[in-house]
Amino acid sequence: MTHVQICYRDDAPVTDATASFGDFVAGSNAAAVRIEPGEDVRALLSHLGQISLVEVNFPAFGDGRGFSSAQILREAGYTGELRATGDVLVDQLVFLRRCGFDSFAPDKPLNLDDVEAAMSFFPEFYQNTSDGVAAIWAKRHQVAS
Amino acid sequence: MYQYDKYDQAMVDARVAEFRDQVRRRLDGSLSEDEFKHLRLKNGLYLQLHAYMLRVAIPYGTLSSRQMHMLAHIARTYDKGYGHFTTRQNIQYNWINLEQTPDILAELATVEMHAIQTSGNCIRNISSDHFAGAAADEIADPRPWAELLRQWSTFHPEFQLLPRKFKIAVIASATDRAAMRLHDIGIELVKNANGVLGAKFFVGGGMGRTPMIAPCIREFVPAEELISYAEACLRVYNRYGRRDNKYKARIKILVHEIGAEEYTRQVEEEFAHMKTLGLNPPVAELARISGYFADPGFEQGLSDEIDRSDPDFAVWVDQNTHPHKTPGYASVTISLKPTGGIPGDATADQIDLMADLAERFAFDELRVTHTQNIVLAHVRKADLYAIWQQLDAAGLATANLDLISDMIACPGLDYCSLANARSIPVAQKISQRFADTGRQRDLGELKLKISGCINACGHHHAGHIGILGVDKKGVENFQLLLGGSAAEDVSIAKIVGPGFDEDGVVNAVETVTNVYLDARQDGERFVDTYRRIGMEPFKEALYG
Repeated sequence: MTHVQICYRDDAPVTDATASFGDFVAGSNAAAVRIEPGEDVRALLSHLGQISLVEVNFPAFGDGRGFSSAQILREAGYTGELRATGDVLVDQLVFLRRCGFDSFAPDKPLNLDDVEAAMSFFPEFYQNTSDGVAAIWAKRHQVAS
Repeated sequence: MYQYDKYDQAMVDARVAEFRDQVRRRLDGSLSEDEFKHLRLKNGLYLQLHAYMLRVAIPYGTLSSRQMHMLAHIARTYDKGYGHFTTRQNIQYNWINLEQTPDILAELATVEMHAIQTSGNCIRNISSDHFAGAAADEIADPRPWAELLRQWSTFHPEFQLLPRKFKIAVIASATDRAAMRLHDIGIELVKNANGVLGAKFFVGGGMGRTPMIAPCIREFVPAEELISYAEACLRVYNRYGRRDNKYKARIKILVHEIGAEEYTRQVEEEFAHMKTLGLNPPVAELARISGYFADPGFEQGLSDEIDRSDPDFAVWVDQNTHPHKTPGYASVTISLKPTGGIPGDATADQIDLMADLAERFAFDELRVTHTQNIVLAHVRKADLYAIWQQLDAAGLATANLDLISDMIACPGLDYCSLANARSIPVAQKISQRFADTGRQRDLGELKLKISGCINACGHHHAGHIGILGVDKKGVENFQLLLGGSAAEDVSIAKIVGPGFDEDGVVNAVETVTNVYLDARQDGERFVDTYRRIGMEPFKEALYG
């Protein structure tokens, strides 16, 4: 399996080997699946009950499709492990977390001091996302977001 | 105008700390230039031909005197004493040291300013009508909507690494002063049959290598669903915009390739899902923001009389003031296009003066226009002469708004690492050729726009006359285009024929204006005559 360097989950990282997206949608009963940019994550939504790990690969950090993939999974109620792999950089972590990623297996290990700093700069956020953190507008108007 | 609360302030303060840490990691070598490049661009910091360039955001082009003074201070302290106002209503500094950038950001944060997302493949500064809140023809002030979108787009986690940059404009009148339909998303505020305000969405416009006019994809988005609809537009683009070729990565290519109808269908499908997710702020949030844009205390019953006994002043009044919704007031455009000058440049002293004038005469507020001028939106007509005298003494009273010398020009090869040709000398020579105000006024409204390469930062596609600098076997060459417009009569200019050298293109501009003068009928602008008589007479005069 890929090496999980950082995990924000209470449970341990899933150790199952991941099925490719192609194999999974062809009818695999795997509990772990790996998706690449350009693969339509919505094809997984009718199988969420059987999945405990989705690995979203970032072959190059500049390709942001994986952020939408993660959001779509979380919006659909997926609560299993959502792991970012590949070219994962410290300065993307706060955005990846907000999109629902809760474990990270970067190709190049991150400096944990830098990670801690990066995760602590921003106290609040403007948007409501699937991470459950109340948006600034919700705090301003004391409404649920 | 909008004022930060503790949340907004915490956001820009956090950004300063984050960027300071990123610069530290670059300087100690833990970030490679390649890794850092993407981070510095997210903060508007480019590495240009000679130095770093910093682009500071001016949301929807509105700023206070205090903020304007800060821009002067930065020009003086960290640059060479001047700044360049841009077509996204921002300001750029051309001679910046990397090490000092965190301090500049810290200074900006003290006056509620930042450089967040002024570059990079993310949602950029949101632009708007520079006469917002003042124009007699608007149905509402578009800026509260722009501010709502600014906050939504700031550090939006899903849209930090889009296929390409993304530009949004918001207007609220039938007259388009913001090139709205040449944006990735153009929003026009409209009222529905019940008189309720909403947003008409145009998606997939842009300039660059492949100019496109944005089609309307939805006639009416209610205020309370604005954010979820914008989010749906962006998600479809983030997922399906092309990433194999950066020149085909803008949303206009996606919309063009799959068709506006199919793009719209996908957006609507996504929107149906998104509006159930609680993404939209309550209407009270738009109301809260709108409160900051309430009219200042305009005096009632003021006279519209202006003493026109000074002829130079009278010309400036006729050319550079715009009708205001309140009797006795006008909007003033301060031209940053003096004869022989660099379009959009202003010295620190000039910036300070404009800030002082705004504080004294214009309710403490200034605007940057996408045509690279400065506006004092709310001025008593009785104060115009005093303002003009001070502007005139500072070289800021050029009476050329919307005339041929009021041109847009990109920085070109004098600064920009992408450019093929120098735009500035061409702009300077044209403004010198047409220096006579009477001659310019006889030519009437004429939008001339110059880009130093096909990326079109100088909006040449949208010029009544456009000039495009190219590299022809190592020699600068300039193509002439005719018939574009960025206004409500939006159109894309066409190339006339073979290009010219620098002096040749200046002559060519004069030639086409002569064709116009000979052919025009009553009340026709240059572009109207071109549309009526077509390209041939111009071609004949140039190459015949």
